[in-house]
Order: sequence, then C-alpha cells, then structure tokens
Amino acid sequence: MKMQMNVIKKYHGTVRAVAVVAVLLSAIGIMAFTLHKDDKSGKADPELFVVKKDSVASVKAFKQVYTVLMSARCMNCHPSGDIPLQGDDSHLHTMFPKRGVDGKGVYAMKCANCHQATNTPGLHTPPGNPKWHLPPADMKMVFQGRTPHQLAKQLMDPDQNGHKNMQQLIEHVDDTLVKAAWNPGEGRTLPPMSHAAFKKAWLTWLSTGAYAPKGK
Amino acid sequence: MISLNVNQKAYQVDADPNMPLLWVIRDIIGLTGTKYGCGVAQCGACVVHLNGEAVRSCVTKVSRAEGQQVTTIEGLSANNDHPAQVAWNEENVPQCGYCHSGQIMSAAVLLRDNPNPTDEDIDNAMAGNICRCGTYLRIRKAIHTAAELQRKEVKS
Repeated sequence: MKMQMNVIKKYHGTVRAVAVVAVLLSAIGIMAFTLHKDDKSGKADPELFVVKKDSVASVKAFKQVYTVLMSARCMNCHPSGDIPLQGDDSHLHTMFPKRGVDGKGVYAMKCANCHQATNTPGLHTPPGNPKWHLPPADMKMVFQGRTPHQLAKQLMDPDQNGHKNMQQLIEHVDDTLVKAAWNPGEGRTLPPMSHAAFKKAWLTWLSTGAYAPKGK
Repeated sequence: MISLNVNQKAYQVDADPNMPLLWVIRDIIGLTGTKYGCGVAQCGACVVHLNGEAVRSCVTKVSRAEGQQVTTIEGLSANNDHPAQVAWNEENVPQCGYCHSGQIMSAAVLLRDNPNPTDEDIDNAMAGNICRCGTYLRIRKAIHTAAELQRKEVKS
C-alpha cells in the first residue's frame, strides 16, 4: 500500500513537472511568435526570429513580396544591364549613367552628383538617399526579368544576394534605401502595398522556410 | 551663417541651408561662370566640384557644401591653363558657350580619373552634359587633346 502511494506521488510529481515545462515552453513560444518580427524600435530583431517551415504559407508570402520587388521603385535599381531604369514604365535612365565597379557610377556621372541625401522637391527631380547606388558590378542582384522562382532562389543564395545570411536578410527590410521606395519623391507611384505589409510578407516568407514558388 | 570654401577662399554666407549651391555661388559670392540651365539636374550646365566630384549645383543644397571644398570654373586653374581649358581653346569647342563651364568641369574629373580615355570613356563621363549647339564631336576631340597635353605635362 505504501509502495503504491509512493508510485502515485512519483507519477503526480512527473505530471506536474511536465506541465510546468509545457507551460514555460508555450510562454516562450508565444513570446517568440509575438516578438520575432519587431522589437520596441520597430526594427526586425533577428535574435528573436523563429523559423517554422510551411511551404504553402511561404510561397503565398513570397508572391506578395515579388509584386513589390518587381515594382518600378525596387526594380529600377536592380536592372539586368548596367544602366539604371527610371520612371513608372522602367525606361532606361536618361543620360545613361553607368553602374561602375562599386555601383556608384563613373567619372562625372556618379549617382550622388545628382541624387542628394533627401528627395529634391518638384516633379522630375532626382529622388534622394544618402547611399543612393546600384548593386556593384561583381554582384548585380538583378530583379529585372526574374521569375518568382528565380528571384526567390537568388535572394536566398549568399553568392547572389550580396553575401547576406538570414540575419542580414531580416535586417535588410528596414534598410533606408529599401524604405526609400515608399518615399519616392513627387510623381512616382508607390509599391503595391505599404512597407508594413511588405515587411510582414518578407518576414513571413523567411520564417516559413523561404520556399521558392514552383516553375522555372 | 554658413561657412564655405570656394576656390580655396573662405566665405561666410547668410543663406537658407536649403538654398541651391548654385544660387549662393552666383548670386551671393558673385562667381557667374557656373550657369543655370534646367534647375533639375538634367543638363549639366551647373556642374562644380565638391571635394573633387562633379556635382550639379542646382540641386545641391548649400548645407551639403558647408565645410567642404568647392571648385568652380573660375578656380579650376590659376591662369585658365588646365589642360581641358587649353584644349577647348585650341579646338574652338564652344559655339554659344553657355554649357561649357559645366562641360569642362565634368571633363576635368574624367581626365583626373582616367588620363587616357577612350571614346567610350568620354561618352560615359560626358553623357550628362547637354549642348544645344551640338558641339559633342568637338568636345570629344578636345578631351583627347587635353589628355595628350596632360600626359606631356606629367612627362616634363
């Protein structure tokens, strides 16, 4: 009888311990889920990022991401050639400025010679950002002409994405030059969704495994 | 007051920090060699050097130039004898002349960075400087001449 009581006590102790651990794990899980996208500053915090693979949700999120990356505001500085694109119709930039080795232009045609730290007021004036540039010549990070499958694969390949690891990809969504797409200066169409919606889709894509849509 | 260094001379100017550098250079300091063309960085008539780079002064706020080195066409050389200026004269490049201070300032950056430019290098460097008189072929020829003069200067 005494032995039976001991077994029951042990059983109850084990159940209690398991329950406590389960509650703690759930709490951590909920905190991770709620905190992984933003810290208090509003920036994505890679240290709190949790990847839970879900190919369906991932592909769905990337389809949203793709519409933004292929919009003029993003694609114009990720051209297939060495001349940036311009305007909502993504025509070749007037004056044909060249990428140069570092992506900042050549000779008297450096990006920052016209593009200031902030947007220049008025229609048809140069938009601005302190680090206005194209991707460099040895890592062109082309968006123009890429299919959703190709672009997703490219974005996750450090040899094609500017040597970015997961942490840097998470942080990149808050890069000032990325955010400049939503402050493009007068007369330019915004990307097809808000930066907040884009960020949510981007982080969802990454946190669900960064799957590429099927196709070529 | 904003502190400027233009052509190696110090200036204190009373101007709105958002005023275009071009206005300060022309209207406050009084150096009128730099021209106003389009006002939206499309033509290159207003090119000056800011720390050696060929910026368009019509869209460059004077606050960007504060404490930096600005060089205008008047300060490119002591006696108008920069190789580009000599070559421009030799080849009779200008027609109306309005765009040419900007053309020469852009060419000077090219010649500094590439002492022996090809036609393609020249086109890449000068594509942002428009000339309504269409003197482009003479500009190209003058840059080749200037490059030659510059090389001779280095040798001697």
